[in-house]
Amino acid sequence: MIQAILVFNNHGKPRLVRFYQRFPEEIQQQIVRETFHLVLKRDDNICNFLEGGSLIGGSDYKLIYRHYATLYFVFCVDSSESELGILDLIQVFVETLDKCFENVCELDLIFHMDKDRVDRAGCVTQLSPRSCSYKAAGTLRRGFARMYTGSVCSHRLCPQPPLCHCWKERRAAGCLTWEDPVVSPVHYILQEVVMGGMVLETNMNEIVAQIEAQNRLEKSEGGLSAAPARAVSAVKNINLPEIPRNINLGDLNIKVPNLSQFV
Amino acid sequence: MALRMVKGSIDRMFDKNLQDLVRGIRNHKEDEAKYISQCIDEIKQELKQDSIAVKANAVCKLTYLQMLGYDISWAAFNIIEVMSASKFTFKRIGYLAASQCFHEGTDVIMLTTNQIRKDLSSPSQHDTGVALTGLSCFVTPDLARDLANDIMTLMSHTKPYIRKKAVLIMYKVFLKHPESLRPAFPRLKEKLEDPDPGVQSAAVNVICELARRNPKNYLSLAPLFFKLMTSSTNNWVLIKIIKLFGALTPLEPRLGKKLIEPLTNLIHSTSAMSLLYECVNTVIAVLISLSSGMPNHSASIQLCVQKLRILIEDSDQNLKYLGLLAMSKILKTHPKSVQSHKDLILQCLDDKDESIRLRALDLLYGMVSKKSLMEIVKKLMAHVDKAEGTTYRDELLTKIIDICSQSNYQHITNFEWYISILVELTRLEGTRHGHLIAAQMLDVAIRVKAIRKFAVAQMSVLLDSAPLVASSTQRNGICEVLYAAAWICGEFSEHLQEPQRTLEAMLRPKVTTLPGHIQAVYVQNVLKLYASILQQEEQAGQPEAAQQATQLLLERLPQFVQSADLEVQERASCILQLVKHVQKLQAKAVPVAEELSALFAGELNPVAPKAQKKVPVPEGLDLDAWINEPPSDSDSEDERPKAMFHEEEQRHAKPRQAEVDEEELARRREARRQEQASNPFYIKSSPSPHKRYQDAPGVEHIPVVQIDLSVPLKVPGLPLSEQYVKLEEERRHRQKLEKDKRKKRKKEKRGRRRHGSLPTESDEDIAPAQQVDIVTEEMPENALPSDEDDKDPNDPYRALDIDLDKPLADSEKLPVLKHRNAQAPKPPEKEDVPVVEKKSKKPKKKEKTHKERSRKREEGRKGDDLDFWLSTTPPPAAAPSPAAATVQLGVSAVTAPKDDSEVTRREQVADEDDEALEPKKSTQKKKKHKKEKEERGKDKKSKKRRPEREEATEPVQNGAPQEEPLPPMSSYCPLAENAYVKMTYDVQGSLQEDSQVTVSVILENHSRSLLKNMELSVLDSLNTKMARPEGSSVHDGVPVPFQLPPGVSNEAQFVFSVQSIVMAQKLKGTLSFIAKDEDGATQEKLDFKLHFSCSSYLLTTPCCSDAFAKLLESGDLSVSSIKVDGISMSFQNLLARICFHHHFSVVERVDSCASMYSRSIQGHHVCLLVKKGESSVSVDGKCSDATMLGNLLEEVKGTLAQC
Repeated sequence: MIQAILVFNNHGKPRLVRFYQRFPEEIQQQIVRETFHLVLKRDDNICNFLEGGSLIGGSDYKLIYRHYATLYFVFCVDSSESELGILDLIQVFVETLDKCFENVCELDLIFHMDKDRVDRAGCVTQLSPRSCSYKAAGTLRRGFARMYTGSVCSHRLCPQPPLCHCWKERRAAGCLTWEDPVVSPVHYILQEVVMGGMVLETNMNEIVAQIEAQNRLEKSEGGLSAAPARAVSAVKNINLPEIPRNINLGDLNIKVPNLSQFV
Repeated sequence: MALRMVKGSIDRMFDKNLQDLVRGIRNHKEDEAKYISQCIDEIKQELKQDSIAVKANAVCKLTYLQMLGYDISWAAFNIIEVMSASKFTFKRIGYLAASQCFHEGTDVIMLTTNQIRKDLSSPSQHDTGVALTGLSCFVTPDLARDLANDIMTLMSHTKPYIRKKAVLIMYKVFLKHPESLRPAFPRLKEKLEDPDPGVQSAAVNVICELARRNPKNYLSLAPLFFKLMTSSTNNWVLIKIIKLFGALTPLEPRLGKKLIEPLTNLIHSTSAMSLLYECVNTVIAVLISLSSGMPNHSASIQLCVQKLRILIEDSDQNLKYLGLLAMSKILKTHPKSVQSHKDLILQCLDDKDESIRLRALDLLYGMVSKKSLMEIVKKLMAHVDKAEGTTYRDELLTKIIDICSQSNYQHITNFEWYISILVELTRLEGTRHGHLIAAQMLDVAIRVKAIRKFAVAQMSVLLDSAPLVASSTQRNGICEVLYAAAWICGEFSEHLQEPQRTLEAMLRPKVTTLPGHIQAVYVQNVLKLYASILQQEEQAGQPEAAQQATQLLLERLPQFVQSADLEVQERASCILQLVKHVQKLQAKAVPVAEELSALFAGELNPVAPKAQKKVPVPEGLDLDAWINEPPSDSDSEDERPKAMFHEEEQRHAKPRQAEVDEEELARRREARRQEQASNPFYIKSSPSPHKRYQDAPGVEHIPVVQIDLSVPLKVPGLPLSEQYVKLEEERRHRQKLEKDKRKKRKKEKRGRRRHGSLPTESDEDIAPAQQVDIVTEEMPENALPSDEDDKDPNDPYRALDIDLDKPLADSEKLPVLKHRNAQAPKPPEKEDVPVVEKKSKKPKKKEKTHKERSRKREEGRKGDDLDFWLSTTPPPAAAPSPAAATVQLGVSAVTAPKDDSEVTRREQVADEDDEALEPKKSTQKKKKHKKEKEERGKDKKSKKRRPEREEATEPVQNGAPQEEPLPPMSSYCPLAENAYVKMTYDVQGSLQEDSQVTVSVILENHSRSLLKNMELSVLDSLNTKMARPEGSSVHDGVPVPFQLPPGVSNEAQFVFSVQSIVMAQKLKGTLSFIAKDEDGATQEKLDFKLHFSCSSYLLTTPCCSDAFAKLLESGDLSVSSIKVDGISMSFQNLLARICFHHHFSVVERVDSCASMYSRSIQGHHVCLLVKKGESSVSVDGKCSDATMLGNLLEEVKGTLAQC
């Protein structure tokens, strides 16, 4: 059983917190902090297993983690899980995220086409799919259910995972990537990989297919905030100083909220 | 109005979405908390809106805030609202939030049951999937119970995506509702062979998880898993199965033998390291379980060790780590094969990775031998000096102590060396493990008599440098060592070279800076030391020296009298008084030494930690009984403290052995010696394991103990232990030479008849330097130092320890979908449970013998299945193993009666098989079975926890003791049947609503098509109407809330309201549905007639005989009676039938006469008096409604007529 899945960045900021056992919120935060301090101390070239100790459960539990550029992926598992299997699972999860979020990012770009056209367009060509992400690693993307062979997909082959360059650039371009706290979609992907603490699916193609099907369904329903978001982005494009603070239309008094947060 | 709506929507336009929130939090780094609380206020506003989109957006933001550590449980109700949205987008948000924050304590969670059920049966696989995922995170016992059946149905869903999820979630359901395991298990087992690899993998996952906790119940699945293992190519599945086998092999060694070959093949063939590693692990587990030798045994070990060596040598730290981990498992049983890789493991001690170093340390623990101990410890000591972090250094320290002290200092040949190692360890700064070192010093000094002189010398040096220890390591753990040092110097003071000097060291003012408990030991041992000094000086005839010592004590003790620590203070004042008294005596030149040292006469022996618990309670002693009269209430509280003080005084008054004169002491010592001689657990010097070396000629002459150690010891900082290593080597060398000489001599004597092999130095050849006499810890007589079986009674997995081979009883069927009104406090359908159970437990007398036999045979057969499968491995005459017996014991005693014929038939087949295949074994086997029968008989009581509990809920509430078994009864009557579906139904009254009944219809799909869009329409009568969803007309049908895949049955409940219940009713109805198969879908119909009998309006209500008598006395009941002839059934059975079919309860029963009671849903009282004659039964009835009584009695008559 997997007891918890934690994703946090190099500063210990949680990016995804998923417990399969009830802990109050404060304890959850404490566990995240402790885990962060545990893994932070560790060099990148030492083993990826940590005995859990007092953290969750006790001696039966292990922390198995991987560090990708700016993010730590930590799985807390008990002895029924295969250690190397979990390392592979993390890899599957991360690759799935990368694959899924690439799409989101592109949609995002198209959606915002009207604004900063040149910039974004440039970004699109530069970022476009996996020019920088997997070419270098090459062997990483290899069929489904890839197992730990120690020689092929070990993260040590790419000590600076190429993913990171891609993220940095995306970030510089102002796109949200999954490294950003876009919690829900990451959760949805995780839900297709692990369910209730047990491994649900290890075949990346299956996972991606599910996610895409769900996203299509969501799109067909109009998405969560299609209308407001469009409206907001329209407002954002208006030259702000020209908007009066209060619009008087007879007795209808529309308060314009402080827009600075959108800028 | 319109304007307001426009305003509302424009306002909404400015709602933050999640990304805005995230950006906002980033932009408010300095006042994040304030910003978030502002956002939460906004979210609260949004949640008040009607629009579900707005709510979903708010919940989405809350989920993010939850991750940041904010409690969002206050929004639980809104989350449920979003969960029940029709759009998938919102539903998904709702379920995600619920899975993050719902838990068993969330009170609104019970509101979700119906919503989840609706989503589970939703036509969209995404809705179902998202509901399953969410549920897996927050399933509660209630949800598990209510939804188990729905989820079980989903396990046969057409979409593998749903099947997979349904299978996985079953594990969570089992955990929360263990009763669902048995009914669901057959289907779960089916899923092991599902065509979809994902579903298969999920099923393997769940069963492995279950089997890990209670492996013995899953042994019978071993053949199936074995098949999977040899056929599957999915590495994830293989890993799980192989891990499972690792858990099963300890229970069944023969399984292990069968596994070795395929596992070895996998090890050779696979390229996946994870699989290789798990295979090696399981092979190790197999090898551990096989205690007896096997021909290719050592080959497998060699293979494992060799593969592990490859892992450890790999540059990948993960593989290195796991290799070491697995190696430590081999070490436990086959230390020799690991020891040859000592070089590799020592190398790992230098690794930069701390986890790897720790693992290597673990391995060292098992690798030491007499020969290598000193070398390894030397290496570890070097690491201690180098180690940077205190944690790692502490770990090293404990490991050194563990390694040296393991199995009673088995590997230590030279305790002087060990003591010096311990002394060296005291130089560690900042360690937390001072007490560990201290405990070792005490242990060794007490238990190894020969070392005391040396130990005392060392300890006195430690005490001498005490200020150094104490000052340089302020308040850290190392000063604990002084505790041991002081105690040893005091207790064994006769060995001290310069007692005066030590005495002075112990009385230094600096001592008062030590922790209280150490000072206390100091003070106490000062007195011991003083006593021995007095004795020495008096014997030597130097009273001045003795007086000097007295003077010293008198000067220094007051500093302890002023101590803040009570214990120190008390001891110091006592001793001070004592010393003052001694001084007076000394002044009169009275010899006091004898008396003073008598205070500490006698020897202290180590006592085993469990000894106190093991002291048997003498016969006739009741520890719980009051010794005095229990204090009465009148005893006022103020007396209590008095009693306490009194007790205290008594304790103080208890004389220590001080008053005992020398003779008495000698007598006691002798008695103890006698006692020890007869105590098998007291290992005396003669049977010591080292004793045999004593006889070896030459060993005694080795002058090791005579080395003058006092000189180097006084030079602090010199690594002493090194000298011992050298000395030890020399000693061993000499010893070897002597031995060789001896051998040569022997050889010469023997002549040349034999060519002796070259003498190799093995472990056993090394004789210890000291004549060590390791005194074992004392235990009371007849007590065995065993480990108590302390299992945690609160283990949640214990509830899942359920026998799965037992045939399923009707009572265990999963509860099915219910209308809310059917959830009466005491659901009547529960009533039929025990009756059925009863029957299966106690078959009729005449059938009994036959049944018993077949049952036993069946047990044998089941065991044989596994036996047979296992016995097809090479060694054909495998001895019956104890594990096989457990399997068979686990097989149930309950056999459903309808299986009888089938069982016998199968049995014959099995018998033939047996005879054909294993003719020789059959007699042996029969014997075995007989034995097991007896054993089972004994075990029966304890095994039948469940049935016993059910017995408590017998249907005959106030009834007489059960004499006879009851026949099976079902309240479900056939309703209608066609080529597609079979309907059976049961009508039950509702407790809450006084004019409602619930009709439970079981729909069983016996076609090959999927039945969907099922709808039940009933033609209402004036009196009886079907309850329909709001807004639907009288002619509308009520949809059945599930679909039926082929071969599946499920139960739906419908509520009817009834005006008058005095008469039976009949309603016509139709079930319409769409049957869908490969060829297409067809619309089908099935007509039926629902019969509402008067009995169905009755509710089983218990009634006490007093109330019953009052009711009859009141006289406002109408009377009627019937008589039925030609009844042969036993009275017991008759009553049970009436109770069951007509919902009565027995008030009282005398011989063949019983009074019964029931109540209608509209509150009519019905009383019956049932009398049994020779072959007739008469029933007298009283009821508040005459018509009803008449109808009821007619129905009862009908039932009786069938008897």
